[in-house]
Amino acid sequence: MASQEMEQLVQREYKQGFVTDIESDTIPPGLDESVIRFISAKKGEPEWMLEWRLDAYQQWLKMKAPSWAHLNYPDIDYQAISYFSAPKRPEDRPQSLDEVDPKLLETYEKLGIPLHERAALAGVAVDAVFDSVSVTTTFKKELSEAGVIFCSISDAIKDYPDLIKQYLGSVVPKADNYFTALNAAVFTDGSFVFVPEGVTCPMELSTYFRINAANTGQFERTLIICEKQAQVSYLEGCTAPQRDENQLHAAVVELVALEDAYIKYSTVQNWYPGDEDGKGGIYNFVTKRADCRGDRSKVSWTQVETGSAITWKYPSCILRGKDSVGEFYSVAVTNGRQQADTGTKMIHIGEGTKSTIVSKGISAGNSEQSYRGLVKIGPRAKGARNFTQCDSLLIGDRCGAHTFPYQEIGNATATVEHEATTSKIGEDQLFYCRQRGISEEDAVNMIVNGFCKDVFQELPMEFAVEAEALLNVTLEGAVG
Amino acid sequence: MLVVKDLHVSVEGKEILKGLDLTINKGEVHAIMGPNGAGKSTLSSVIAGKDGYEVTAGTITYKGEDVLEMAVEERARAGLLLGFQYPVEIPGVKNVYLLKAALNAKREAEGLGEIPAPEFMKLIREKLAFMQMDASFLQRAVNEGFSGGEKKRNEILQMLVLEPKLVMLDEIDSGLDIDALKVVAKGVNSLRNEDRAVLMVTHYQRLLEHIVPDHIHVLIDGRIVKSGDKSLALELEAHGYDWLQEETA
Repeated sequence: MASQEMEQLVQREYKQGFVTDIESDTIPPGLDESVIRFISAKKGEPEWMLEWRLDAYQQWLKMKAPSWAHLNYPDIDYQAISYFSAPKRPEDRPQSLDEVDPKLLETYEKLGIPLHERAALAGVAVDAVFDSVSVTTTFKKELSEAGVIFCSISDAIKDYPDLIKQYLGSVVPKADNYFTALNAAVFTDGSFVFVPEGVTCPMELSTYFRINAANTGQFERTLIICEKQAQVSYLEGCTAPQRDENQLHAAVVELVALEDAYIKYSTVQNWYPGDEDGKGGIYNFVTKRADCRGDRSKVSWTQVETGSAITWKYPSCILRGKDSVGEFYSVAVTNGRQQADTGTKMIHIGEGTKSTIVSKGISAGNSEQSYRGLVKIGPRAKGARNFTQCDSLLIGDRCGAHTFPYQEIGNATATVEHEATTSKIGEDQLFYCRQRGISEEDAVNMIVNGFCKDVFQELPMEFAVEAEALLNVTLEGAVG
Repeated sequence: MLVVKDLHVSVEGKEILKGLDLTINKGEVHAIMGPNGAGKSTLSSVIAGKDGYEVTAGTITYKGEDVLEMAVEERARAGLLLGFQYPVEIPGVKNVYLLKAALNAKREAEGLGEIPAPEFMKLIREKLAFMQMDASFLQRAVNEGFSGGEKKRNEILQMLVLEPKLVMLDEIDSGLDIDALKVVAKGVNSLRNEDRAVLMVTHYQRLLEHIVPDHIHVLIDGRIVKSGDKSLALELEAHGYDWLQEETA
C-alpha cells in the first residue's frame, strides 16, 4: 500500500472533543503569590500548607524548564494560564448522583463513563475530578470499613494532616524539577489513598480526570501510601474536550510502599492531542515516582498513552527495600503531530532488587516518539537485576521513533539486560490479513494490539478492554 | 469463473506479464509452471491485489466482475484466496483470532451474523484434526516460529475454514518434506469440488503427483506459451523448459 494512502487515513477527529457548558469559578490568568494564597484559601487549607506552596513557588521562580527531552514546542507563557477553576456552587456538593448537575452526567455519558452504572456494576469507587474539584466520591463506606482512606487530596489535607505532612513531597520533592515545583505551588486537587497495614483494598480504585475550562492548567497531585503488607490497585484514566488553546497539565504522583506492600498503578491517558496541525493539544508534563521503601515491596506501573500534543513522563521506581520489585509496562501511541518523550527510571538501591521494563511505542502520522529509560544500580544493590525490552512500531514513513537507554551500573554482581527492536508495520502483514478478508482498519488494529499484548495483559481486565478500544480510536485512519 | 485477458503487468517499470490469457472454469484445477522469473507468482499476486504491481493493459474478471476494481479484502471475501509461498509472521496475534476475524468478515459480506463461538470451535477442531495440526496452534501467534511445513499447513487450514471459490496456491510445495507435502495435498484435494477451482503455481512436477491438475500452462517470459493436460508435466520433467523457449523464440 502506498504511503500517501496511509496518510489519508491518518486524518481523524478527536471523538471526545466537546465542551460542557458549566460556568466555572475561574480566576484571571497569571501567577504570583496572591494566586497561590487564593487557591489555598479557596480550599480552606491550613497555614502550613500555604507555606509549603509558597516555598515551592519561590523555588520554582529560580528554576528553568528542562530542555533535554526530544520535544519541540513553543515556550509556555505561565502568566497566560489560569490556575484555578471549579464548577460553581462548591459549597453544596452533591451527596449522590441524583444531585449531580445533569449536564455533568451527560458529559460522563459522552465520555463513555456512565458513572452510576460503572461504579455500581464494576464495584469501582470513583473519585471523579471535574476540572479541579472532586464532584462525587462513591463507595466511601465500604472502603472505610476496610480502613482504606480514599478521598481528594484537598480533603486529606484537612482531615489527615499528619499523613500529609509525613508523606507529601517525600517521594517527589517539591523542587525535584521545574514542573513538580509548579505543581507543588498551585496544585488544585487529586487523589489520596491510604491502605493500612495488612489490608488489601477491597476494590480497584479509579479516578477520571478531565480538563474543561478554557486556558486552565490542571495540576493534580496524587499520593498513595500502602503500609506493611497492604495492597491496592489504582486506575487512572483521563480525557479532555477539544480546545484551541494549548492546555498545560503538570501532575505529580507519589507512591509509597512499605514492607511487603504492593501498589499497582494503571493509567489510560487520552488527553486531547491537538488537531491535525498539532494545534490545541494538551501539554502533559508528569512526574510519577514510587518509593519502594520496605523490603519485598513491589510497585507496578502500567500505562497506555494515546493522547496529548506533548508528553513528558517517566514513571519511576526507587527500589530502596531489600528484594523490592519495580515494573514498568507501557504502550505509547502517537499520531498526527503528537510528540512523546516517555520512559522510566529504575533506581536500584537495595540488595536483590529487581526491575522489569517493557515499553511498546507506536508512531504514526508525523509524530515523534522517544523512549528514555534509566537503569541505575547503586553500589549496595548486590545481585540486582533488570530486564528491559523496548520495541517500536512505525506506521507510515513520516514518523520517528528514538530510543535513549541509560545504564549506570555501580555493582558488579548486577545483571542488566536490554533488548530493543524497531520495525515498520509490515505491508506484508497488512496484505496477509486483508487477503483473508479482514478490512485494513481491522488488520491494523489486530497487528498493533498484537504488538502491545505483553503490556495489555498487565492491565486490570476492564481497563484492558478500554485500552484496546482507545488504541483503535487513536489509530483510526492511521493506515489507508 | 475467472477470465484473464491480455494481461500486462509491470513492477517498478519493468514488464513482467506481457499479454497473459487464462480462463478457469469452476471445478477445474490449473497448474502454472515455468522457469524462475517467468512471472508465475506475479499472476497470483495481481489477482489477489498485492501492492506494487501495475496493470498496464488487459482485464481480470471473476464471475463477470472486474477484479481490478475490487479492494484486496473484497476479493478475498468474494472467494479469491491466496495461499502464500512465505506466510508472514504476526507477533502477538493468535492464530485463532485471525481465523475468526477472517471468517466473520466473510460472513458479514454474505449477510450472515458472527459465527457463534461453540460452532466456530467445533469447525476449527475438525479442520485442525484433518490437517493433522495440534490444537495448540490456535493459541500461537500467526506463523510466529512456525516451521516451513507448519506455515504451509496453516495456509491450507485457513482455506478449509474460509472455503474460497478460487484457491490460489503460490509455490505451496516449496520447503516441504514429503510427509508435509502429502498433508497439504490432502487438504487441497479435499477442497476440490464442482463449484470450486484451484490455480496453483509451482516449479516442480512433484506437487502435481499429489494434486493432479486438469490443465497445465507453461509460463515463459510473461506469456503462456503452452497449455495441455497433466501429461504436459511429464514432458517438462523430461525436457525442461528449453525446448519450449526455443519453440517460442
